Amino acid sequence: MAKDDHTAYAYLRTTKKFPNIWCAGCGIGIVMGALIRAIDRIGLDKDEVAVVSGIGCSGRMPVYLDFNTMHTTHGRALAFATGLKLAQPNLKVIVVMGDGDALAIGGNHFIHAARRNIDLTAIIINNLIYGMTGGQYSPTTPLDMRASTAPYGHVEPPFPICELSIAAGATFVARSTVYHAVELDRLIEKAIRKVGFSVVEAVSYCHTTYGRLNRMGSSVEMMRMLKENSISLAAAENLKPEERATKIIRGVLHEVEKPDYLTLYQKVIEHAKAAVDGKEFLRAGPGGLE
Amino acid sequence: MVVRLMQGNEAVGWGAIAAGCRFYAGYPITPSTEIAEMLARELPKLGGIFIQMEDEIASLAACIGASVGGMKAMTATSGPGFSLMQEHIGYAAMAEIPCVIVNVQRLGPSTGQPTSPSQGDIMQARWGTHGDHPIIVLYPTSVPEAFDLTVTAFNMAEKYRTPVILLMDEVVAHMRERFETPPSEAIRVIDRMGTSVPPEWYKPFGDTVGDVPPMPSFGSGYRYHITGLYHDLMGYPTQRLDEINPWIERVHRKISAHLEDILLYREENTEDAKVVIVAYGITARSARHAMKIARQHRHRVGLVTLYTIWPFPEEVILRVGRTARRVVVPEMNLGQLALEVERVVGRHKVVRVNRADGTMIAPQMILDAIEGR
Ligand SMILES: Cc1ncc(C[n+]2csc(CCOP(=O)(O)OP(=O)(O)O)c2C)c(N)n1
Ligand code: SF4
Repeated sequence: MAKDDHTAYAYLRTTKKFPNIWCAGCGIGIVMGALIRAIDRIGLDKDEVAVVSGIGCSGRMPVYLDFNTMHTTHGRALAFATGLKLAQPNLKVIVVMGDGDALAIGGNHFIHAARRNIDLTAIIINNLIYGMTGGQYSPTTPLDMRASTAPYGHVEPPFPICELSIAAGATFVARSTVYHAVELDRLIEKAIRKVGFSVVEAVSYCHTTYGRLNRMGSSVEMMRMLKENSISLAAAENLKPEERATKIIRGVLHEVEKPDYLTLYQKVIEHAKAAVDGKEFLRAGPGGLE
Repeated sequence: MVVRLMQGNEAVGWGAIAAGCRFYAGYPITPSTEIAEMLARELPKLGGIFIQMEDEIASLAACIGASVGGMKAMTATSGPGFSLMQEHIGYAAMAEIPCVIVNVQRLGPSTGQPTSPSQGDIMQARWGTHGDHPIIVLYPTSVPEAFDLTVTAFNMAEKYRTPVILLMDEVVAHMRERFETPPSEAIRVIDRMGTSVPPEWYKPFGDTVGDVPPMPSFGSGYRYHITGLYHDLMGYPTQRLDEINPWIERVHRKISAHLEDILLYREENTEDAKVVIVAYGITARSARHAMKIARQHRHRVGLVTLYTIWPFPEEVILRVGRTARRVVVPEMNLGQLALEVERVVGRHKVVRVNRADGTMIAPQMILDAIEGR
């Protein structure tokens, strides 16, 4: 990956000496590297790319990136990105969110963006916890685990991000981990290329809060857990359902073809324009869109 | 010129279109819904975009996103939705993103009385989002003014890179009045300032003109960063006091240094007035009627109708209040803008006329206050 590491520099902003906001050993930077490699491989011009984020440790990613970047509010990045994409359809709009960002405060925006099938790439960095605010439980914190707001163990079941995305209507859903950095950038590449709402769950960890509260060791140990607890989709086929349930399954979990929101809205515009001269109105009747 | 009967909400929609608005995101709520319905029908005819979002938080977020993408954008709502929008009003103020937010008020708090008029959101429009922030709030009294002030709202939003709120009364929103469609060349439309510096020299929040930074859109070759955090001239987050303070001063100054342009009001009979009524929205029309009757009875009564309520036109009120013995402030709330009038002219001079039960203030109530009954 040595060559790739140099690739990244060309996409980082150099106009300010930015402090590194992330803890040493955090997985978020790996997702950033994967995103850069994916964009580089597709060969997108920097001006063609917008990265929109919410609030959280993961939300701090865009500021380092030399694209059109927008750090929005907690949970609402997809709604901002929706407006931006509709106004600038030629932009590749990539939305980076934390698990709390995307699924708690932003859960409603998430399922509706998927249902609408708006052409965005959503990258959810799932570290199972609220990192930025110091380790409170999130909608993906597993049962029985500890969080600063679950000192006796967590009693709520977690959201399965990918299954939720599929049910809500996403056209592309994939998962990998920050240990599998190369696989992650291949999946992000596919997600960006896909027209429609695509989701990549990047499973990460937060050694500073979750790891500490649950005595899971340093970032190195947590990284090792990602390696040992995950399995590729193909290999998972051979496992019993009980075994599968305990694993992080990696790969493209879902892909379908369907027209995205803007393609369909283009039809609305055509019909509305035709309705102006009345011809279409007479043929299709009031409100008639085929 | 085409003359027709038009509803206030419809006039807002046409005003938006005339101003160049081609993006609307909203969530249905009485008594503002006709604006959404009208724009869902009309915007696509112009190649524009209407989208019904999942809630009002998302609606304003989408508008801000579209504005960053270079489109003039608007949303419309009422009390409960306006409450939900507050965080993003602050974001738009902080990141200096032009957008127009229409709030057709209904009787609150909470679900309140969805179809009854109220002027209860005066203070919320000013201070609803957290932190000190600049804001412009306009307020029409009639259907033609709803059209005009919607155009003005867009012009000010674009010119000053700020969110502009159009507050409206349910009565104006649903009333139908004579409307003379202005010829399009008579409508003054202002677009945001672009930049001509080469992208590598571009300082997103640096090269200000009249304290307003030019705003190229995303995708136009100028790559920059937008954040709701305090930021430096490049748009990057900062905690430096020598970057935070100049920012605070500039964004407030970009409004306060242009009051001559921003403050819209109308004075009637204030030169000799011993009693001055200060009113806005539909209540100003009751006030005008009260003034006419009072004048017939030889009371020297004047009226100041405020079309811009925020920033508050202090100097105007100070001037008319100096010669008046009494300043009457009728409002369909329990006294909100009256607090500002009292601050400026002194409490002893101000007579409040209030009702907050979803009923309009009749001219007689104002007459009683004029005559000291
Ligand atoms: C409306 C709102 N509520 C709460 C917060 C405080 N807050 C900031 S980040 C965050 C959670 C971060 O967790 P997550 O989204 O999982 O991202 P991470 O930091 O783990 O990357 C919260 C609750 C906020 N900024 N805005
Ligand atoms: S708190 Fe956790 S998620 Fe945030 S930067 Fe540190 S390790 Fe990463």
